[in-house]
Formats: sequence, structure tokens, C-alpha cells
Amino acid sequence: MISLLGRGLILLALLAAAFGIVTGLVAGARKSEQGLHITRRAALVFAAAMILANLTMEYALFAHDFSVWYVTRVGSRSSPNWVTFVSLWSSLEGSILFWGAIIGGYIGLFALLYKERYQDYVAYALAVMLMVGGFFALILSAPADPFKPVFPVPSDGPGPNPLLQNHILMALHPPLLYLGYVGMTVPFAIAMAAVLRGKLSEGWLKPLRRWTLAPWLFLTVGIVLGGWWAYEVLGWGGYWAWDPVENASFLPWLAATGYLHSTVVHERRRVLKVWTLSLVIIAFLLTMLGTFMTRSGVFNSVHAFSQSEIGPIFLVFIGVMVLFSLGALAGRSHLLEPEGRFVAVVSRETAFLLNNLVLLTFTFTVLLGTVYPLITESFKGVKVSVGEPYFNKMALPLGLMLTFLMGIGPALPWGRSDAKALWKGLGFPVSMGLGVVGLGYLQGIHGGLSLTAFGLCAFAATITLRELLMPTVKRVLLHRETWVLAVVKSIWGSRRRFGGYLVHLAVIMVIAAIAASHGFKTQAESSLTPGQSLSIGAYTLTFEKLNFSEEPHRTTVAAQLRVQKNGDSLGTIAPAMNFYPTQREPVGTPDVRTFGAEDLYTSLMTFEQDGSRAAVKAFVNPLVSWIWWSLPLFIVGTLISLWPQRRARPAPTPKAALGAA
Amino acid sequence: MSPTQQKRLTAVLALLIAGAALAYLAMSNVEENLVYYWTPTDLLAKASTVKDATIRLGGMVKVDSKEWNAETLSLKFIMSESPVGDGPSITVVSTGAPPQMFREGIGCIVEGKYDGKLFHADRLMVKHSNEYRPPKEGEDAHDMYKTMDEDEMPADHPQRKRRDTESPAPMPSTEPKEERL
Repeated sequence: MISLLGRGLILLALLAAAFGIVTGLVAGARKSEQGLHITRRAALVFAAAMILANLTMEYALFAHDFSVWYVTRVGSRSSPNWVTFVSLWSSLEGSILFWGAIIGGYIGLFALLYKERYQDYVAYALAVMLMVGGFFALILSAPADPFKPVFPVPSDGPGPNPLLQNHILMALHPPLLYLGYVGMTVPFAIAMAAVLRGKLSEGWLKPLRRWTLAPWLFLTVGIVLGGWWAYEVLGWGGYWAWDPVENASFLPWLAATGYLHSTVVHERRRVLKVWTLSLVIIAFLLTMLGTFMTRSGVFNSVHAFSQSEIGPIFLVFIGVMVLFSLGALAGRSHLLEPEGRFVAVVSRETAFLLNNLVLLTFTFTVLLGTVYPLITESFKGVKVSVGEPYFNKMALPLGLMLTFLMGIGPALPWGRSDAKALWKGLGFPVSMGLGVVGLGYLQGIHGGLSLTAFGLCAFAATITLRELLMPTVKRVLLHRETWVLAVVKSIWGSRRRFGGYLVHLAVIMVIAAIAASHGFKTQAESSLTPGQSLSIGAYTLTFEKLNFSEEPHRTTVAAQLRVQKNGDSLGTIAPAMNFYPTQREPVGTPDVRTFGAEDLYTSLMTFEQDGSRAAVKAFVNPLVSWIWWSLPLFIVGTLISLWPQRRARPAPTPKAALGAA
Repeated sequence: MSPTQQKRLTAVLALLIAGAALAYLAMSNVEENLVYYWTPTDLLAKASTVKDATIRLGGMVKVDSKEWNAETLSLKFIMSESPVGDGPSITVVSTGAPPQMFREGIGCIVEGKYDGKLFHADRLMVKHSNEYRPPKEGEDAHDMYKTMDEDEMPADHPQRKRRDTESPAPMPSTEPKEERL
């Protein structure tokens, strides 16, 4: 029954998408109002069918209807409710179904929001979105059908992968990442609509930017939460390993970040039109590539991915999309001629341009390292992987360059700059940067790279803070406004800029945290009998006993350790290991405590069942918590920047900022 | 050639050179940091061809070969193509507690370097297909859950009867990580 309903809804979505693609393209080419109307209807039907299909699956999961194939794979009567809920996206077919719901949501929202505005473009945009949505419906209808009926009906199922049940972040991280991934389809469709129409009006830039910022924020939060999850669950003391799956989410982020910067130059200077649209298209294609990499099982990992049949279909789809977007771009680019030009070498637009080059280089190097094993395996038959050192080595200079540009960019004026004024404006930030380097050196940090990283972070943070605070200070001092009013007014006056700089601060926090945690991580490992202790840095961990506890879906073993720092007691910690009856390998729950700026991170490695011995690994990770603390800044900054704006006000010149510095 | 054209040409040339330099840098860097996936047979055949390469060696832990010292955290075992017999085998040494599930006779992956005599592993992963395999005749299913209280989980418990024929596919960035030593 449920199977029939679910399959019917998927089929309906597929038909609506196919219909909408045709009517949308025709309506776009003929500028037909009637055609647009019909396309919008098709889009809404697609959205409704996809969302209902997901609700149907959730119903089947909660009803423990084991006649539905996907429920037999991830459902379990013993799972707590939240686990049952997230089971929807815990395995291949369900995650694609969930993907469909999100794209359905985006398409529906888009169709409803643009009923009157931008009618020139909407038909094309809906058609392009439905191509992607229709593709997912197609996958769901046959090769990855989650609604397959099962006979005989089993009485219970295994529950989702224990790794995914182990932390509540799992309920949050995938949906956010999906919202980001799938959301990149919307700016792609908007860009393609501009390309197909052969014009990019100022009006159409606005939805393009906003519909990129929203998924960009989701992607950012999703990536950070993913790192947090890895940190809290996987037990090796790190948060990022340049794993293909992680890279898959990072790649579109890099391209989209590039777009967010090039669009500013485009708006100001009327150059880089094709370039800007290309970045949006690249970001989308990278999300598709990422989906392919994470969903098709091409990557060999210890926990082998399911070899699914959807790989080849995906490759074909990516190929079609590449040809479609390249063809359209090539055919129409002569209509998207630049209207302005660059004037000066030392100017803010140059900083933006360099930022774009660095981000694109970053994208290329990460992409190369990610797909290299696939290439050698398919052409030479040699199985290899690219080690972490490659990524770290490449990311380091690029990250430092980005930090430098984040600092110098806002300090440079648009157009021609006055060298003298420029140097004067840079004096304070440069001395802050050098001050931090000196202070670090005195504190015993002698690594040149770490010092450079911290110095650049201080330099960039100083300029960013100055740009953030100066308008407020000026209002108070020059216009005698109250502080509260001045803050509100200066934010309100240039929301995009203000939001953007808040996001820059968040990025600087993350970069500083990465530099610190990479350069100054310490670790110790020991196998302890009760009463024995392990020292790491200023901490002493004394093993007291093993605690065993039972839950309906798992058994937990925790090592209770007493923590002392310089002789003072800091209480007890309990890194644990969880045993799920459906998985042979236990899943760890490391204990992470933040003391000041550093984390004390412990994981239980092995233990004797009688409690006589436990092997514990401990790390002291400096500044890692800053990465998580950057999240509110990312969110608030992006939201301020996203808030509707009537007209961009010109940025204050650095001269004005200088006066008060 | 007009000054503008000349400028453009210079810019394009500069970009091309920078691009080529970058591509060269990236490629040589990739080559340097490759991790080879080999079996013990591959390793013995090719060990001399790559001197300092990082190798990911996959095989079985030979029965009766594990030497584990809990005090010094030193581990030594023999890896081979099969858990018993005289196939090509390699002695692996590492420091650090192995994963809880590590035991003789199972599949295992180590990453590290081979000096011609010993394989120095700095990472050790237990290889386990998430595939369900019903216990064979004579094999004690309880071995899989050695650390669990067996009274709590009778052999005919419904949760034991798993039927996931494929491993669950994790979502982006949730791919299970290995134990790192």
C-alpha cells in the first residue's frame, strides 16, 4: 500500500518535471505568459509530489512498515524516535529521496515567490531546476527506488548505521548540508536563465546573489557541523581529514565563495560578467560531482560504500549538464559583453580579482587531489589515494594568501589609490600583525609558518574590526548620536558590507584555530590499570574504573578518569565506546572538555572486560573551539547581508576611516 | 598592437604561466604524497621500486602471530593474504593501542612504510564489511560481540537477524574515519 503510494508520487513528480522542462523552455524562448503559467503549475505539482513522497516514507518508518524495502534497511523497532526520524537520510536511497524533497521545496518556493517579478527569466529558471529535480525523480523511480515492496515482510530491521545514531548532530548536519548542496541548483538555474536569455540585467543580479548566499550559508554551517561531528564522534582528535566526502562539500563552497566576491566587482565595475556566471555554474557542477562521488561508491574506503547502479547515470547527467551550460555560455557570451573596465592595479577590485584566482586555484588543487585516485585507477589500474600532506601543503599558502587579501582588500579604495594615504592606513594593522608575531615569539612559538599565520590573522582582523566599528564611532563622535542608535544606523546603512565583514571575522577565527590546532596539538597515549595516570601538558588523568551501561539500542563502556591540572582537580571525564548489536565495530564517544582556549580531548581505545585495564588516548588541542564559535558570526553576518536592501550605498573611502584611526 | 591589446596579452600570458606553474606544482606534489594500496604479495614484489612511499597494506592478521604489550603499547603481528598457511607474509610493528575489534584472523589495513624487513604502521584499521553474514556452522556468533554481556543478547534476538546486504551509505562528510594511531 505504502509502496504503491510512494511510487505513484515519484512517478507523478517525474511526469510533472518532464512536462515542466518542455513548457518552461518553450515559454522562455517565446516569452509566453501562458506557457510560464503552465510551467509554474508543473513546478508546484513536482514540489508537492516530492514532499508528499518524503512524508509517506517518514510515515512508513514510524509505522515500522517492513513491507517497504528502505524501512527494512534502516528501520528498527528499538530505535528512539529521533533516530527513526533521521533514518530517512541515513542511507543511499532515502538520502536521494530527501534530496528530492529539498529540491522540491526550493522549486516550489521559487515558483511562488516570483509570480510577478522577473517574468523574463522565471520560465527558463524553472525549466533548468526541473531538469535537476527530474533527474533525481528518475533515479528514485528505478535504480534507487526506496519504495520497493518486500515479501515476505520481515518483523524488524537493523536500524541506521550506528555512526549516524551516535550523536544528535547527525539530525542537523545532513539536512543543512543538503540544503546547501541542493540549493546551489537555484543560482545555477538563475544564471542559466540569464545565459539562455542572453542578458543579465541589474534586477536579475539580486535574486542570483540572494539565492547563492542562502545555500552558501547552509553549506558553511553544514561543513562546520560536519567537522564538529567528526571531532565529537570519531575519536582521533581532529575535525578534518581531506576525505573525498569532505572535499565534496568543500569544493562547491570554494566556488560559491568566489562568486560572492566576483559579483561585487561585477556590480561596481560592470566587468567579469561571464566569469561571475561561470563561477555559479562551476559551483553547481561541483555539487553534482560531489553527489556522484558520495553516492556512487567510486571511492574505496575501509567502510566500503555500497556499490550502487546510479554511478554511470550520474556521470551521464553531469556530462549533459556540463555540455548544456558550456554550450549555452559559448553561444551567448557575446551578448554578455563587459560594460566597464579595470583602471588601476593597486585597487580593491584587484584584491577581489586575486581573491578569485586564489579561490579558483584552491578549488583546482582540492579537485585534483580528490579525483586523482579515480583517474589512476581507471587509466593505469593502480589503486592509490592522495595523502593528507598534499592537501595541507597546498592549502597552507593559499589560506595565508586569502587571509592577507581579506585584510588588504577592505583597506584599498575602489579605482585609483593614493599611495601615501594607503601606507598611512596600513600602519596600525601592520603593527598589530607584527605585534602578535613578536608576542608569539616571546611565548615560545618559533615556527615561521605559525607566526606568519597568526600575524596575518591579526592584521586582517584589525582592518576588519576597524571597518566594522569605524562607522559607529564616527557617528557617535561626529554626529553626537547615542551608541545604540549609532550601531543600528551604521549596520542598517550598509548591511551587505557589515554582514560581509562579520563573515570575514568568522573566517579569520577559523583560520587562526586551524593554524593553532595544527601547529600546537599535543597527544599522549597510555594503557592504564586502575589508579595509574597519564600526563599530557599540564593535565594529569587518573584512571578510576570502567562503567558499563545499557540502553535499548546499545551498550556503552566508559572509562572514568579523574582530571587534575597543575594539582587542581577539574572533575572526572569519561570517554566511552558504544556497541550496537547491528555493527561489529564499536563507535566511540570521545570526551571533549574545553578549558579556556584549549580542549582536553580523550578517547577510549581498548579495554579489558573485567575493568582491569583501559587504553586511553588524550589530546590537548588549542583553539579548536573557536571553529565552532565562528558559527554564530557566520550566521548573523550572512543574515544581515541577506536582509533586503533598497540601494547599495557607496562604501566610505579609507581616507575617511583613516581620519579617526 | 594597441596598448590595451598589449596589456591584455601580457595579462593572459602571465595567467597562463602562473597556471602552468601551479599545475606542475600540484602534480608533483600529488605524486610525492601518493599512498599505494597493496596486498602483501604486491608489497614483496614492488618494495624495492618505491623506497619511501607510504603504503596502505591490506590483508589478514595471521593466527597466533599477535604480540601485544599493554605496558609499552607495542604491537607486532604478521599480515598475510590468508589467516593461516604459508602465503607471502609481512611483519607489522606499531605503537599504540589497536582498535577494540582488532584480533587474529580478521581483515586489517595498515598504513605506513616498509623498510625491507618490518612494516612500520602509523595507522591501523580493522577491515570490516558492514555486510551481514550469518554465522557459519560451528562459528560462535557471540565472538562478534565479545565485549557485550552475552546474557543480554540471546542469539535469536531479532536485532541479530540483520539483513542489510549492503553497507549503509553515509552522507557527505560522515564517512566513518579509521582509528588513527
